[in-house]
Amino acid sequence: MADVVVEARGLSKRFGALTAVDRLDFTVRRGEIFGLVGPDGAGKTTTMRMLASVMLPDDGQIEIDGIDVLRHPERTKQHVSYMPQRFGLYEDLTVDENIRFYADLFEVPPQVWRSRADAMLTASDMTTFRARLAGQLSGGMKQKLGLICALVHTPGVLLLDEPTTGVDPVSRREFWEILYGLRGEGVAMVISTAYLDEAERCDRLALLHRGAMVHCDTPAGLKARMPGAMIEIMAADPRPLWEIVRTLPGVKEVLLVGTGVHAHVDDADRRLPEIEQAIGAAGVAASRIARVSPSIEDLFVALLELNGKRD
Amino acid sequence: MRLRRIKAIAVKEGLQIVRDPRSLMIALLLPLMQMFMFGYGVSLDVQRIPLCVLDNEASQQSRDLIGRFAASRYFSLVRALGGQRDIAPRLDDGTCRIVLVIPSDFSRSLNDTGAGRLQALLDGTDSNTANIAANYAKAVVSAFSISLQLETVQRKGGVPQSLTPVDVEARVWFNEELESRNFIVPGIVALVMAIVGAQLTSLTIAREWERGTMELLISTPVQPMELMIGKLLPYFCVGLADAAICLALAVFWFDVPFRGTVATLFFTTSLFLLVVLSIGYIVSVSIRSQVGASQIALLLTMLPTTLLSGFAFPIDQMPALVQGVTFLVSARYYILILKAVFLKGSGLTALALPILCLALYALVLVVLAARAFRKTLD
Amino acid sequence: MTSESRITVDGLIKRFGDFVALDGISFAVGAGEIMGFLGPNGAGKSTLIRILCGLLRPSGGQASVAGIDVASDPEGVRRRIGYMSQKFSLYGDLSVVENLRFFGGIYGVPRSALDGQVAFVVEMAGLQGREDSLVATLAGGWKQRLALGAAILHRPSVLFLDEPTSGVDPQSRRRFWDLIHRLGADGVSVLVSTHYMDEAEYCNRIALINRGRLITLGTPHEIKARSVAGELLAVEAEDVGRAIAALREAPGVRNVAVFGRLLHVVVDDAAARASELKARLNALGMAGVRTERILPTMEDSFVHLVGRAGRSPEGAA
Repeated sequence: MADVVVEARGLSKRFGALTAVDRLDFTVRRGEIFGLVGPDGAGKTTTMRMLASVMLPDDGQIEIDGIDVLRHPERTKQHVSYMPQRFGLYEDLTVDENIRFYADLFEVPPQVWRSRADAMLTASDMTTFRARLAGQLSGGMKQKLGLICALVHTPGVLLLDEPTTGVDPVSRREFWEILYGLRGEGVAMVISTAYLDEAERCDRLALLHRGAMVHCDTPAGLKARMPGAMIEIMAADPRPLWEIVRTLPGVKEVLLVGTGVHAHVDDADRRLPEIEQAIGAAGVAASRIARVSPSIEDLFVALLELNGKRD
Repeated sequence: MRLRRIKAIAVKEGLQIVRDPRSLMIALLLPLMQMFMFGYGVSLDVQRIPLCVLDNEASQQSRDLIGRFAASRYFSLVRALGGQRDIAPRLDDGTCRIVLVIPSDFSRSLNDTGAGRLQALLDGTDSNTANIAANYAKAVVSAFSISLQLETVQRKGGVPQSLTPVDVEARVWFNEELESRNFIVPGIVALVMAIVGAQLTSLTIAREWERGTMELLISTPVQPMELMIGKLLPYFCVGLADAAICLALAVFWFDVPFRGTVATLFFTTSLFLLVVLSIGYIVSVSIRSQVGASQIALLLTMLPTTLLSGFAFPIDQMPALVQGVTFLVSARYYILILKAVFLKGSGLTALALPILCLALYALVLVVLAARAFRKTLD
Repeated sequence: MTSESRITVDGLIKRFGDFVALDGISFAVGAGEIMGFLGPNGAGKSTLIRILCGLLRPSGGQASVAGIDVASDPEGVRRRIGYMSQKFSLYGDLSVVENLRFFGGIYGVPRSALDGQVAFVVEMAGLQGREDSLVATLAGGWKQRLALGAAILHRPSVLFLDEPTSGVDPQSRRRFWDLIHRLGADGVSVLVSTHYMDEAEYCNRIALINRGRLITLGTPHEIKARSVAGELLAVEAEDVGRAIAALREAPGVRNVAVFGRLLHVVVDDAAARASELKARLNALGMAGVRTERILPTMEDSFVHLVGRAGRSPEGAA
């Protein structure tokens, strides 16, 4: 497939006895946002680092633009931009000085990077901060500056390691809008996130658990794989509900949330009336019983259990 | 290798140096302070040794003798003691380092037999000072007895032929006053340059690791050689400024005679700077924390420069094995060169061998520094 | 609620020099209530928790915890609360029980009660069989439950958790929340800070904070219901660019945003507009158009509320 820009095969990395990344296989195409999703310690950052060729895998292969990254780590660096998890820019340099520094390292012609920087700074409302030290920017602005520096040489591949962690939701949305714009330009993106709710914004995603891939599919495809369904029951006092529902047949797991319970059942159409009946019989108050679409977290847990990886 | 990337790194590093006034002050003030500290602290001359006197006779002659001690620049008369039992307490509490005891029959036996007896009690805890003090005391006393004998002979009307002191004149070249300072200050310049130079670069890579900027930097096409040159350039300039400060202090403040040419001085200083900056850089690359790198760099430069460079301890009096080791200490060559340029006014040709050694040393370290950096997090 | 409030905060202000970290925050937490503080990094969550724990002095306003004023008797507050910080603060080279006994000693749990309390915590946190394991050898989820156990050894009536679930997998996170709900059932008031928007669902009530200000307070459902002006439709269409343009011009549409391969469309009436919009796109020759009514997420609410409150000019860190 000519469209494939990034390809990883059997990618593995060990730190002593710990297997941080365990035989990952995936491909990323032009104009695709590929998500690496999982909690801290799932192996997201290590995978990112190997893709950015700042860390060597113990096993496996990576190809970017058809170039073997392990054999020619320096050759791919011209086409790849990497945004590490920690802010990687110089806090004691200004916005402009940082952009210029990265433009120089990538040997972008001055007129080219100047016009690109102008356009990107204008688009992200940062023109008035050009002379400000990067260390004095807010979290959301730092992330945007990081992205501008990463894009100043028009890379074909963009690697973003948890770019939105701890960033306020408004900035997070703006950030994603920029990514969608890049997707339209054909940039291939790999993005990692610990926010399971953010995963749905990706075109395809890989759920990672302790270094291994649990599943890899589109968000809709993953949801279709969810065995059974989620039923939400709302009540002012959810605890008695929890006690009743967890004993019913076909209920796999009952989760106590702030305003009720979420029950994972094998078959929604069959279990919904049964649950209604049981609650009514017990005389417990419930304000709403309805099928809801599972969250990525529901999916994650259900799929882990399906694979027999219970803690 | 791309000039544009080297320039980008050098400019960035320069901006960071200028933006951090505290570290810039340290870079320029530290050598100043060290020059003063070492310049005044390290002196091999012993002067104004505190002296107490127990004069049991209180005669004209005993007072003459005491007067000679008091006039000498080696001793400073602290007080006269009242009796024997005062001696030990004064030595114990450090009031004085030496006590001169004049017996009650001092001038009588001197006049009768021509031989007087004196007792000097010394605080031996600092054996070096004690030795020097004892020698100075002997010198004062023998000068006193010679003049006394001359007087006696003249009084008796004889011709003092046989007593004419043999005039042994040892002429010291290059450092005519035998001021140990003239000898030591060039060594201090080397010591300060070694410490400061390695300190400057020891932080530069470690800081990027600590602040998390390195991860992004190594994901770019920058080459290790470009990174090293770009990083060393601005510190080389700071180092040259430091060298100018140290050399100016040596000449204008410590009055060390300067007989060579400034060009020779800065050429050799540049070579030495390359060596110490590279040492700092290699340490910074290997140890990814600023505190650790700074301490290791200090250890690596200060210890060999003080102990094994001939700065304080003469190399030719070291055991053969240690003498061999001193050839590996870059400061050895630089101190040799500095002393020669300062005191002898030697030029490039006279110093060809040590300069060659230093240049070779610099070349090896620069190559090592360029190779030390690996573009990986592993 | 006020009569049985365990935590009362009234007009709390905290300044660090020129920087206002907390700008007049007021709320109350009842007995057995689980209250979530949701906001991005730097919003003021940790500052608030530190003030309520008696670790920082407020610059203005009042706060009392378990009936004690935090400014006048911080020591008294500290004796009555449990605190679990975002940084794991147990000793890796001590065993589970050794850690618990150590913290029991620090909190002044009487010797006679200590064994019982340690056993209770081990059972509650599901650490049976691991009592003698070194803490360093435990997986993240276990460590986190142990840290929680250490914070409740002295049976505090108020518990503060500062971003407790960073870095644990979803299964462990669920198990952890199960524990929190059990503590709530026992009457312990819990105040949790988090920057995971989806985690807020676990709390009885949520306070959204941003730049030191309380934006809104309520149950997760209340907040979602009150925040998005209209109803949310997810629209799937092939040509996203053309679909956006067409949808923006359609009647009843208030906002269109790209969300992965989908479009999130805010409309006045989802049931009525769904078929209208579908027909409109079909008319433009787009096949395979699907629409689905979805509930707004906590992030939708946050963005909406912050946007409405007017974003202060960014850049001042």
